[in-house]
Order: sequence, then structure tokens, then C-alpha cells
Amino acid sequence: MSFATRGFSGRRREADTRLPPGQTLVQDWPVLSAGPTPQVDTADWELTLQDETGADHRWSWDELLALGVEDITVDIHCVTHWTRLDMAWRGVSLDKLFEDVESEHEFVMAHSYGGYTSNLPLEDLLDGKAWIATEADGAPLTPEHGGPARLLVPHLYFWKSAKWIRGLTMMPDNDAGFWEQYGYHLYGDPWKEERYW
Amino acid sequence: MSAPSLASVGRSRPRPAWHVATVAETRRETPTAARLTLEVPTWPGSEAGSHVDVRLTAPDGYQASRSYSIASSTPEGQVILAVDEQPDGEVSPFLVHEVRPGDQLELHGPLGAFFVWRPGESDLPVQLVAGGSGVVPLYAMAAAHGAAADAAPFRLLYSTRTSADVFFADELAALTGPAFSLDLVYTREAPDGWPDAVGRLTRETLAARTLPAARQPRIYVCGSTGFVETVARWLQDLGHPAAAIHTERFGGL
Amino acid sequence: MTDHLDGNVLAGALSEVFTTDVTAARARCGGCGRMSAIAEAMVYTSAPGLVARCAGCDQVLATIVDAGDRLILSLAGLSAIELRR
Ligand SMILES: Cc1cc2nc3c(=O)[nH]c(=O)nc-3n(C[C@H](O)[C@H](O)[C@H](O)COP(=O)(O)OP(=O)(O)OC[C@H]3O[C@@H](n4cnc5c(N)ncnc54)[C@H](O)[C@@H]3O)c2cc1C
Ligand SMILES: [Zn+2]
Repeated sequence: MSFATRGFSGRRREADTRLPPGQTLVQDWPVLSAGPTPQVDTADWELTLQDETGADHRWSWDELLALGVEDITVDIHCVTHWTRLDMAWRGVSLDKLFEDVESEHEFVMAHSYGGYTSNLPLEDLLDGKAWIATEADGAPLTPEHGGPARLLVPHLYFWKSAKWIRGLTMMPDNDAGFWEQYGYHLYGDPWKEERYW
Repeated sequence: MSAPSLASVGRSRPRPAWHVATVAETRRETPTAARLTLEVPTWPGSEAGSHVDVRLTAPDGYQASRSYSIASSTPEGQVILAVDEQPDGEVSPFLVHEVRPGDQLELHGPLGAFFVWRPGESDLPVQLVAGGSGVVPLYAMAAAHGAAADAAPFRLLYSTRTSADVFFADELAALTGPAFSLDLVYTREAPDGWPDAVGRLTRETLAARTLPAARQPRIYVCGSTGFVETVARWLQDLGHPAAAIHTERFGGL
Repeated sequence: MTDHLDGNVLAGALSEVFTTDVTAARARCGGCGRMSAIAEAMVYTSAPGLVARCAGCDQVLATIVDAGDRLILSLAGLSAIELRR
């Protein structure tokens, strides 16, 4: 029974050919959060990559940065219909983390401080497609935006780019992460509008 | 007055539904807020404290929905809302500045069976604590209490920036009497000759201007998320059981 | 805007699913066992869906995803809900 409300247009939304279907352009960076914001100090921060043998590969903050940071400019697409174009990021490529990790498993669960999870195919994390990001817009990531470090997988909807990243666990099957269990798509390609189950 | 059984309360509670509202009147409530009087022919009336979800639709189909407390409503189809403008907000500036008589809005409601006050349910006193626009559902409770001539004593502690920022100022003044008392705390500027300090609500003021735990008040706290969080914690420190404290967070900081 | 609201705000979405207003219903947290009204949960609305968490232990009690022509509801974090007849 919905009808257009006279005079209402909502927050300014722009169209652009670089936008995936159903997305609108924003200039700001909305904060989305499914729970309390974890406050993690870089001194205490640690990233753990668990392979299929159960063995852990660990990096402290300094060890992560020592792997080499790169500057990246990418578009990000949030499933709540906003897109930001040409966003400047800095982070460590996941190729560096997986260099010495042998695994037959094809899937990865990203784990966050605070308990958030998201599942991804391993191949979507390799070959320059994903990073552990530590800076955005020229400044260290704030806790609201996932700092000190978040996953950055810009070719998938942004809920896959888990904030407050603390671990990556190899999995034999594509088990569902947090939003994937509660209704969002197991893969999440914005160009195919893979939003929900 | 004997308490109605839960079963009968349940049966008489109006079912939520989508309604088309026509704006009958808009007026300034405070320097930052507007009062909207809506005609809703299908409206069933509501319990004091409940809210509606207002849904706006843009020409391209984009929709935004927000919750607003019902300041008053009648089964005869009138719903009054009071909306405070959030400067960078998406919906509240539209409702405060753009809406005019004759416009139609979609409402879902009445909603919420928990943050409500029902006449005759208990003889225990009631303490209301409001921050800013958080007074809207609490004003509805005080008005319902007055209309029902309910015997339970009511007291409202209302934190407001200045006297111009008081929502329903005349209505609240008119309700004041033996069964309802109003305590104001001015956070920015008080009227001339005001005896109390101007500034943020403190734990001491809360303790001094609210019913003590010994009187076992039922408590309703409403305002921004930060305000509600702080007040609810202080109330527990003052000995009120968590189960007696009902909260409604409006969001924000 | 990462701050939470109360469970009261779920009334609209849940009324599409339940015949009575369940925000006043008591429910048990599957994590810590706490009994409280749905209205007393902490609700995060600035998210891809509504997320209700236990005020005692932060566990996710319920989620509601608006998928357009579908609504996807999870109550997986609750061990039980008490519905009055
Ligand atoms: C049960 C309930 C009852 C309520 N009753 C009332 C009432 O009676 N009266 C009342 O006035 N309010 C009430 N509220 C609050 C109301 O629902 C709205 O939250 C409020 O009006 C603000 O909405 P908005 O769309 O204007 O702001 P929003 O657009 O939601 O934004 C709020 C703030 O966050 C920022 N923000 C959020 N998203 C973005 C973004 N993408 N980009 C930039 N900035 C962003 C904005 O700067 C703004 O300051 C109630 C809330 C609840 C839960
Ligand atoms: Zn719990």
C-alpha cells in the first residue's frame, strides 16, 4: 500500500555507472555495527591463522606491518545499499599471510574481536584481492570502523570485510558466518546483487 | 480500583496495523521540535507509552522508517507526535520542516506493550525520568494518569536545555497537582530566579528529586541512549531493583 | 551511531510474525540463562539487520533481516519464550 511521501527524498543518493545494481553513492562513511564496539590496543592485538592441521600462525601488530604495507584505492559496496568510490586504504595483502601456509581446505572463516564471523572462499582472499587493512582515508582505522585492523575484501559486499579482525581459520566446507547464518548470502557478489539467501 | 486480569488487558490491546495518516496540523513545539497532529480514521487508540513506526517513501521507492512515541491518541482517530530535529538526520528534519497539513504518512502501530503505563494496574507510585524529547511517552503516561484519575502518585523529573525546550509545557503545568508533580532540571539556562544549579543532571539531583527506593516506585526512563544508560545505572545505585526500571532509549549519544 | 536501543523498538518488525506483542514477553537467554522481557534486550539497528543482544551477557538473542518480500527471523539465541494466551 506504500505511496511516495510528498517532499521526501531521503539522504542524498546519486547514480553512477560504477555502482553495482541497487546501490547509491555516498561521500561519508556510515558506521554499521551489530554489537558493542571492541576496544583493542595494538600492543595486545594479535592475528592468528589456523590451518587444517590446527596449527596456528601468529602475527603481532609489528610483525604484521613488517610483512609490508601497501596503498590500495578501491570501491566498497555495503549491502545496506551504499557505495563509496575510490576509497584510499593501507594494509597488508593476505597473499603475504598465506605464503607459508599449506592447506587443502578451500574456505576460510574470518573471526573478529567481539565474536563476529564471516565466511569466504580462500581463492577470494588470494592474488591481490584481500588485505588486513590498518588505515583508511589516510588515518588509522578508528574502533568504529573496525580498528586497529579489519579485513578488506572489496569485491564482495562489505559485511565480508570483518571489522576488528583477529583470526582466519581454514575450513573444509563453506560454513556460514554471522550474517550468512541470519539471512545474508553465502558469497555476496554485489554485481550479481547476492544480498540474501 | 481492582487490577484487570492479564487476559483482559491482552484482549483489549489494539492490534498493530499499517495506517494512512493525514497531517491535520503542524506547529512548533520547541525551537528544535514540531508537534504533528495526524488524522488516522482507522486508528484503534493506544496505551500510554507506546509508539508508531513512521515510514517515508521517496519517488524512486527508497524507504526510511523511524519510531516515534505517541504523545496522545484517541480511538476516534487522532494521533499526536512530537519530533525533535537531529541536525544531520534523515527523517526528523523532514518531519519537522517539510511536512504540512494535508500530507499523508504511513504509520505502523500502535507498537510496544512493555514500555507502557496502564491505569489501575498498581497502587505503587510512579517515577518518570525524561531527557529532552524522551518526555513524549512519559507525558502520554502522565496525561493518561490524569484522565483516569488513577490513585497512584506520579512524579516526573525532566531534564531540559532551557525553559523554551520543554515539550508539552502547558499541558504538563495543567496536570500538576496532588497526584502529579513535576521537577525540572535545566542543563543550559534556567529561568530568572531559579534556585537550583544549571547543568547536567547529577546523581545527587536524581536522588533528591525522585521517589526513594523505600517507596517502591515503578520507574520509566526515556531519552537519548546515553541519558537512559546513566540514569538507569544511578537508579540501581540508589537501591531501585532493575525489574522496577523500564527504559526506552531513543538512540544518539 | 553504534549505540543500542531497547527491545521496544522490535515491536514493529515482530508484529509481522507474532499475533501478540512479544516485546513484553519474557524469554530466556540461551547463553547465560537470564530471564527478561524482549523489550529489555539491547538492540543494534545500524546494521544490515536488527540484532538483539542479552543485556546480561551480550549474546545474540535474535536477528531480523528485511529481505524485501521476505523477513528472515532468528531466535536461535533464546532457549525459550513465554507467550501469554
Ligand atoms: C521507541 C522509540 C521512540 C522514539 N520516539 C521519539 C519521539 O517521540 N520523538 C523524537 O523526536 N524521536 C523519537 N525517537 C527517535 C527517532 O526514532 C529517530 O531516531 C530520530 O528522529 C532521528 O532520526 P533521523 O532519521 O532524523 O536521524 P538518522 O538519520 O537516523 O541519524 C541520526 C544521527 O546519526 C547520523 N547518521 C546516521 N546515519 C548516517 C549516514 N548514513 N550518514 C551521515 N550521518 C548519519 C546523523 O548525523 C544523525 O545525527 C524514538 C526512538 C525510538 C527507538
Ligand atoms: Zn545472556
